[in-house]
Amino acid sequence: MRAVKTIERVLYALPIMLGVAIVVFIFIRMTPGDPVDIMMGQGGTISAGEIEQLRREFHLDEPISKQLWYFLRDAAQGDLGYSYVKKRPVTELIGTRLPATIELAGGALLIALLVAFPIGIISAVRQNSLIDRLSMSAAFVGISMPGFWLGIVLILVFSVWLRWLPVQGRIGSEIVLERITGFYTIDAVLTRNWTALSSALRHLVLPSVTLAAAVAAIVARVLRSSMLEVLRSDFVQLARAKGAPESVVVVKHALRNALIPTVTVVGLQIGVLLGGNMIIETVFGWPGLGRLVVEAIFNRDFPLIQGAVMVYALTFVLANLVVDILYTYLNPKITL
Amino acid sequence: MQTSAPVETITRRDLWQVRWTLRWRRLAEFFRELAGHPVALAGGILVLLFVLAAIFAPSITVHNPEIGSLRQRLIPPAWVEGGQAEFPLGTDMQGRDLLTRVIYGARISLLVGLLTVTVSVAVGAVLGALAGYYRGWLDTALSRFADLLMAFPFLIFAIAMMAFIGPGFGNLILALTFKGWVEFFRLSRGEIMSEKTREYVEAARALGRSNYAIIAAEILPNIIQSVFVLATLRLGFFIVTEASLSFLGLGIQPPTPAWGSMVSEGRDVMLTAWWVSTLPGVAIVLLVLSLNLFGEGLRDILDPRLKVE
Repeated sequence: MRAVKTIERVLYALPIMLGVAIVVFIFIRMTPGDPVDIMMGQGGTISAGEIEQLRREFHLDEPISKQLWYFLRDAAQGDLGYSYVKKRPVTELIGTRLPATIELAGGALLIALLVAFPIGIISAVRQNSLIDRLSMSAAFVGISMPGFWLGIVLILVFSVWLRWLPVQGRIGSEIVLERITGFYTIDAVLTRNWTALSSALRHLVLPSVTLAAAVAAIVARVLRSSMLEVLRSDFVQLARAKGAPESVVVVKHALRNALIPTVTVVGLQIGVLLGGNMIIETVFGWPGLGRLVVEAIFNRDFPLIQGAVMVYALTFVLANLVVDILYTYLNPKITL
Repeated sequence: MQTSAPVETITRRDLWQVRWTLRWRRLAEFFRELAGHPVALAGGILVLLFVLAAIFAPSITVHNPEIGSLRQRLIPPAWVEGGQAEFPLGTDMQGRDLLTRVIYGARISLLVGLLTVTVSVAVGAVLGALAGYYRGWLDTALSRFADLLMAFPFLIFAIAMMAFIGPGFGNLILALTFKGWVEFFRLSRGEIMSEKTREYVEAARALGRSNYAIIAAEILPNIIQSVFVLATLRLGFFIVTEASLSFLGLGIQPPTPAWGSMVSEGRDVMLTAWWVSTLPGVAIVLLVLSLNLFGEGLRDILDPRLKVE
């Protein structure tokens, strides 16, 4: 039954993705100007004959419904078009940049959870204590702070004044690292290149912390409030009355049940982590997907922007899907 | 005949008066509760200060926000060595007074935020009310479209849209509201659907009031509080999103002082003049923090069902 529901939920995501593709297609049609110029971006000047040839190549001489069909068919096959500015297929460009973005999001998620879980739990167990008030105030500031500003302040303090961490990039320019997976930390471990690993990790700290701040704040707040709710429920009182040690009550009874709303929020935040990084990647010169998109915007490289937006939306939809499926395993009472 | 006389003396006007007296009383009670909620009060006062500073910017500062003097470039804040009292927060690379630009920047942030929220509330609440009240194909179509927009992370959607339609004030509002209405739509749709089944709506229907009158005069006043709370909280979010777009160079264009683009410009001189980029950011944090404090306080007062522990 659970498997059937899972498949149903996956199938429900398909029309959403189709809709996303159509919205993206409409976006590019909304752009004023000649489609050939738009597709070419700032790729240089071309002759009238070449324009005619490109028109045929882009199917611009055919009805719009057919153009949409071609676009959807190609996208479904993983072909997101060609960047005339970068002179490479969009899928390939995105593919080479994606590991950097995922590595950053992974680092941020790890930091966010490592910070949020102890804070959320302690704040709930010691409600209204000094530590609760301080950490919830900090969480409130964390939510209100724009990432680009926090990033700049961190660079100023830890890179410029204290000189502890590098200002930008993914790895020291002097380091040679064999590319296997595209994830520098993993590649460094695989090739036993410890200097590279240390450099990659040092470069990862500031952008990850910046990206993690808001996520940690949100997760800590949700975890605290759901813990508080569970700690007051009858079954927790019963466990206490039966003489279960407080640590068992907190971890086994309360935390497990408080995890359900927390997982939802974490899942939604994964989408934000992967998608909210354009700003952070720009601040830290991180060569990921976000920076690629920002560059593409200024080059008016529309096929690339279009492809990247599709990938972002797909990740977001997938993150939600995974959360929904995880749900059923955490709480068998919930059906999809 | 005589027994029905007192009933006839209650006119529509009397009812209207009773209704408004009750509303005024509720408003007075709201302000009493606000005064007893220190967090909301502090947030509200700070927001008010920002609004006043934005409105009276030309009377507060004597400097021009867009034109500076090259001889007064990169003067540090007054409390730092080399600072001058004339420029309390220092000057930027074009010799413009930073405090003046921060104050004028509040105009842009608040204006963009308020306009976006207003349009989003208007579109979202009206469509949500119609969808929740009438259901049917209209509801299905609007809800599916809302689901679709939810598939895009907000910032990416706004960035992509700005990339396609180009920068500028009007386009910025369009890009922010294009997805911004969805949350108000969902809220008002849900609330209308639950209010619709209540007795007072049944009563109004029995009295023969039109659907339009029921939505506008009976239901909307009852859900306006939740909409207002959400609007306050979203205002801070829209302000941060505008700042992020301006930071990327996609929002408000220089030399107009917008906090996001000021932080971005300051990055070039970050090594020598830390204040140019960090201090406008402090303004964003302060305004958004106060809006969030005010919003969460409002929620405690107006909508205790949603209270966060």
